[in-house]
Amino acid sequence: MRYSGLKVITEGLFGNKGWKPAWRNPAPKAEYDAIIIGGGGHGLSTAYYLAKNHGLTNIAVLEKGYLGSGNIGRNTTIVRANYFLPGNSQFYSHSLKLWEGLEADLNYNVMHSQRGLINLFHSDGQRDAFARRGNAMINQGDDAELLDREGVRKHLPYLDFEQTRFPIYGGLLHRRGGTARHDAVAWGYARGADQRGVDLIQNCEVTGIDIENGVVKGVQTTRGPIRAKKVGMIAAGRSGQVAAMAGMRLPVESHILQAFVTEGLKPVIDHVISFGMGHFYISQSDKGGLVFGGDLDFYASYASRGNLPMVEHVMEAGMTLMPMIGRAKVLRSWGGIMDMTPDGSPIIDKTHIEGLFIDCGWNYGGFKAVPASGWCMAHLMATGDSHPVARRFRLNRFATGHLLDEEGTGSQHNLH
Amino acid sequence: MRITCPLCGPRDRREFYYYGAEDYLNRPTEGAAPEAWDDYLHLRDNPAGMTRDLWYHEQGCAAWLRVTRNTVTHEISETELVSALKPGDLKKGART
Amino acid sequence: MRVKGKGLIDRATHIGFSFDGRDYVGHPGDTLASALMANGVHLLGRSFKYHRPRGVLTAGSEEPNALVEVLEGAQKTPNTRATVQELFQGLKAQSQNRWPSLKYDALAINDVLSPFLSAGFYYKTFMWPRAFWERLYEPIIRRAAGLGALSGKHDESQYEKAFAFCDILVIGSGPAGLIAALTAARAGADVILAEEDSRMGGRLLADTVEIDGKPGLVWAEEILAELHAMPNVRLMTRTAVTGAYDGGTFGALERVSLHVAKPGDTPRECFWRIVAGQAILATGALERPIGFPDNDRPGILTASAARAYLNRWGATPGKSIAIFANNDDARRTADDMAASGIKVAAVIDARPDSSALGDYPIYRGAEVIATHGRHALKGITVQTRDGSHDLAVDCLAMSGGWNPTLHLTCHMNGRPLWNPTLQAFVPAPNAVPGLTPCGAANGTFSTAGCLTEGHAAAAAALAALGRTAPDIMPPRTEDSVYDVSPLWVVPGKGRAWLDFANDVTAKDVRLAAQENFASVEHMKRYTTQGMAPDQGKNSNVGALAVLADATGRGIPETGTTTFRPPYVPVSIAAMGAGGRATGFAPQRFTTSHAASVERGAPMIEAGLWYRPSYFPRPGEKTWRQSCDREVGYVRNAVGVCDVSTLGKIDLQGADAGAFLDLVYTNTFSTLKPGRVRYGLMLREDGLVMDDGTSARLSATHFLMTTTTAAAGLVMRHLDFVHQALAPKMDVRFISVTEQWAQFAVAGPKSRELLNSVLDAPVTDEAFPFMACGEVMVKGVNARLFRISFSGEHAYEIAVPARYGNALFRDLVARAETLGGGAYGMEALNVLRIEKGLITHTEIHGRTTAFDIGAAKMISAKKDCIGKAAAQRPGMIGPEREQLVGLRPIDHTKPIGAGAHLFNPDDAATRANDQGYITSVCWSPTMDTYLGLAFLKNGRARLHDEVRVVDHLRKADVICVVVDPVFFDPKGDRARG
Repeated sequence: MRYSGLKVITEGLFGNKGWKPAWRNPAPKAEYDAIIIGGGGHGLSTAYYLAKNHGLTNIAVLEKGYLGSGNIGRNTTIVRANYFLPGNSQFYSHSLKLWEGLEADLNYNVMHSQRGLINLFHSDGQRDAFARRGNAMINQGDDAELLDREGVRKHLPYLDFEQTRFPIYGGLLHRRGGTARHDAVAWGYARGADQRGVDLIQNCEVTGIDIENGVVKGVQTTRGPIRAKKVGMIAAGRSGQVAAMAGMRLPVESHILQAFVTEGLKPVIDHVISFGMGHFYISQSDKGGLVFGGDLDFYASYASRGNLPMVEHVMEAGMTLMPMIGRAKVLRSWGGIMDMTPDGSPIIDKTHIEGLFIDCGWNYGGFKAVPASGWCMAHLMATGDSHPVARRFRLNRFATGHLLDEEGTGSQHNLH
Repeated sequence: MRITCPLCGPRDRREFYYYGAEDYLNRPTEGAAPEAWDDYLHLRDNPAGMTRDLWYHEQGCAAWLRVTRNTVTHEISETELVSALKPGDLKKGART
Repeated sequence: MRVKGKGLIDRATHIGFSFDGRDYVGHPGDTLASALMANGVHLLGRSFKYHRPRGVLTAGSEEPNALVEVLEGAQKTPNTRATVQELFQGLKAQSQNRWPSLKYDALAINDVLSPFLSAGFYYKTFMWPRAFWERLYEPIIRRAAGLGALSGKHDESQYEKAFAFCDILVIGSGPAGLIAALTAARAGADVILAEEDSRMGGRLLADTVEIDGKPGLVWAEEILAELHAMPNVRLMTRTAVTGAYDGGTFGALERVSLHVAKPGDTPRECFWRIVAGQAILATGALERPIGFPDNDRPGILTASAARAYLNRWGATPGKSIAIFANNDDARRTADDMAASGIKVAAVIDARPDSSALGDYPIYRGAEVIATHGRHALKGITVQTRDGSHDLAVDCLAMSGGWNPTLHLTCHMNGRPLWNPTLQAFVPAPNAVPGLTPCGAANGTFSTAGCLTEGHAAAAAALAALGRTAPDIMPPRTEDSVYDVSPLWVVPGKGRAWLDFANDVTAKDVRLAAQENFASVEHMKRYTTQGMAPDQGKNSNVGALAVLADATGRGIPETGTTTFRPPYVPVSIAAMGAGGRATGFAPQRFTTSHAASVERGAPMIEAGLWYRPSYFPRPGEKTWRQSCDREVGYVRNAVGVCDVSTLGKIDLQGADAGAFLDLVYTNTFSTLKPGRVRYGLMLREDGLVMDDGTSARLSATHFLMTTTTAAAGLVMRHLDFVHQALAPKMDVRFISVTEQWAQFAVAGPKSRELLNSVLDAPVTDEAFPFMACGEVMVKGVNARLFRISFSGEHAYEIAVPARYGNALFRDLVARAETLGGGAYGMEALNVLRIEKGLITHTEIHGRTTAFDIGAAKMISAKKDCIGKAAAQRPGMIGPEREQLVGLRPIDHTKPIGAGAHLFNPDDAATRANDQGYITSVCWSPTMDTYLGLAFLKNGRARLHDEVRVVDHLRKADVICVVVDPVFFDPKGDRARG
């Protein structure tokens, strides 16, 4: 079923009775050509591109809960391509280009909105670091503009330019940065994959990975064993547990990241704003809620919930930067489980087991990567070779020292 | 979240700095194989359940603590001074 | 309309207030909602999506409809619940999300278009043409969405945060909470009783219940009086416990002065962090609406709210009232209304076998199938066994049963359990460690049951704390059985609202199921049910019951979504109290701060510290002029700079030298007392952590300096290395950064200046480059280090911090007589770039010793932190970018830090990228711009040309690659 404005009107006239399921509920088959473990954003986009780009349709996505139940459904929805290290630059640039065509490709309105992202800086040193970043973005073919204080004031007149603890020196404007409706991305990919014949199997937890003589043979699940020649592990915060079934130890520690949304408000914040000194970032959703977040809680956790110290820190950052949001009321807070790597960059690679692939380590920047991650993981699983834009996301780069550390904070998992 | 420092008693989480898993205690000796260093610095069991990790009472007595903790429930069952640990207390199977 | 003789309001006192510009009068004890109801105002808001006219649904913080803006100007507070806002003299409130007026709202057109605006319609359209999304569709959607409006001005009001500690926190002050608090308090425990409402008593304020033969409220007041008199009890009204966190920590929001006309300096709100040994959840229950066509009209409210307005506020929601219910409890509303002389037109009981009697018409096995009236309810249509009847009523009170207020038990991932008898979820056991639910919050609805459970919960909490509960005779009171039969949505045509606040109807939920958004989370996210300001309090159970029905599953199999903190919406200002302006982070000031400010120096942030940027002189128009002059001081005479912000760590012990050997790449154990050495420190991952000098003051005593930025990081690192990796080493250390004020005295005349303040002069022979020692400054013990960050003959002198201010002023005054003076950060930066000295601009966490040309500083003779990891193949080699100096061919062409490097003939693209510039300056000494840069294989490319491209600042300059030490490469000036 193709979605369109006309379809919405004709269905509306006939009581909306004709809308078909967005995806099927297939029973798992005994065998697939490939299995994706994890029905989150990355897993669903991998399945979609396996089918669309590589013609692999006899595949299944196994999800232990509901589709999109991981971090794709609990993030602050920011989409950007403002990395500066070679290896990251080309990957996120590729991802942003995919975002820009995503609605047309999926026939699903994921509400990708290029509202402009402004990273504020608060010292000459930070300005120089952002200049390096901005120039790298332009070298890559993306966009960046360096704003001085008055330039920031034009875009964000409501910031506290006079009293804030870390005065605003300027900002790096990334006009193509923005937001998208997070759940819709999962649903759009799910629907697209399903339409191409991919079996999306919910409430199906993988309990074992079958390996014989170093070759993957399939998986054990709560809905029975399933054979497959290729298995992709795309389990985000749960990657450690999934990889352990294959006897692997990953360079990943899982951490809690909280985020917040307020009650609906009339439009007041048009951009995505990032305040580095306070680890605070904010945007306003189309529904009117202010969506914002901060840093990790900093301790390893699988609880999907956090504690007050970081909650308060985030609110305090908001109050020093833009005290006009003081009377907005926080409606809900939530936590996601972040797969943190020692350099803050992801892994898309083969494993030492033939036919077993891994896509993990998205730290807390996985949302914007969803299209390119799926694109590149699909490429890897289908061809056996790393996609050119994801070539540096190797599993062994920590052992060899070929790090991709944008923050420069070093091999401590929670510092990225 | 409250952590009981063996020296200072129960304190709010915000007095403490978190480092990571107790793997950081098992520093390989000089000349150890690269794999041992990879294990030490990067690879983690990352358990969903009981774990032992390292916290620093930064705004208190400056003691490094080993905390036995559940990553799913956040329940803390034990806190020990790192400096008082004996070699036998360290995680089993650590490579050196 | 007020009802004579009813209510807990002070009718003798009048309070003037306004709503949408019209003036009204209420009384102390009123909320905005009760006062408006008493004034006959029933239309209070517009719904989110369809802009339907709405009145109050509830009498509490769960209100989905009656959200208004209160106060004006920068004080404007959107989305204020009229049901919670207490009345005060002069309160100004206005409706929101409507234009041009509440009664005539243009966007009410959406209601007509609703067939095209069904759940998730926006995912299916607005995709073509692509550019129209940002330009057209989305701006329209954004303007139509949202509820109230922020003022856009800084919130300058006072907010507060506080900690509280207690043995037992009792949450809620209804019968269960009161008896629990009394039990705990009599046992001697420290008790906090937190009540969200402005007055303690819970449902006793709204229901006509007798306890021990007294009106329930009288019984409550007696207990409250006893609690009030006890020193171990803290009663907190207007305090909603918002979240349950680890370790017995609870968040709570106190509305300190939101009810006060002129709060003065009193904070508006206070956010509490309450740490409790045990906690008791006595939060009661919330009544559910019933889904039936057009169940959202003004005049339709919950049965419990209707009798709360009557009994507590003496206000009636209508003159002729009908009651629609699936349980016995709603009959109390009918009885109370009838007893007050309000016409009870009908009790419509969905249960065919309902046995209760009353002095009003009762329709058993009947349902409301339609309602009439747009801005106010005018009538309803009732379907009975005999057919349908129209009833002219102006109020419909509904009760679909009760949901225990168990939200806090879900905050730590506890999943509530479905109780089929109650047709409600009840708390899972031990869902939050140390939190015991009781009473209605636990699914026990009779007053007697609440009292028994409240006492038992307190006894359990006391037992957990090792205390014994006193016996308290359970008071005599009603112990009726709660009889309910499920009724979620009345079948039939038309839209039945489930989530009033987000305009989610039963049809939307069914559509979600039809489209296979069949998991409860999918349904919630697809329809937005539960995501409105009422946080799903009114709609969650009903919506999932409809979903369960639509998918052919039971409610327990369907499951429920999770309640997450906060329990009630909390303002950012309250949770962020203290963060405003400079309160966000500590401010650290050096001892020379005042002197620098007096000299007109702009103070800039260096981490948490403030340091002078430069010291302007009359006639200087730009910072560069000042900076160039200050550089000249140091190169030609003498400059004075406060360097106290550098970290200073005092290390003592027999193994101090060996310890430094472990943390530094180079060797310190061989350093002679009285000497200083530059040290390089790596992280264990082989990258540079920090650099600085360490002085050996005696055989067992070192003083380490760190960079300003890394002082805390290094201290933590040293503690870790010592306690975790080398616990047997005999060394102890402590930060003395704040104990010593330290000043650089740099330049050819530095010794001359220094000797003018020292009690005994120093000589170059006795105090050569990299010497250190104790000296006396006018009788004060001081430390002197002959070190240089400028390349000049220089010293750093440290005195106890209390002498810093005086010494700085003295040194600067003396320097000025020698043709020098104070210099700031700008000049310091130029001086160090001229010398190729690095800061955290270069050692930014991605650089190795190899990159900065210091690979040889990693001693081969010993182990050190980071040594092994620094040998990894990716950490060394020509593909890495190495530190070099850059000079523009045209020395007047500025280059910018952050520019990237390319081979001269290459296009400026990522594929051709050769590196980047970290630091630049105009060097007045060498009359040229200079840059420090990282260049691929840079040390092998000295004298090559590179293209420096700065897209952002539109610069494209050819530079020559040179050694990073631009000035005095042999270092004669510092040694001389």
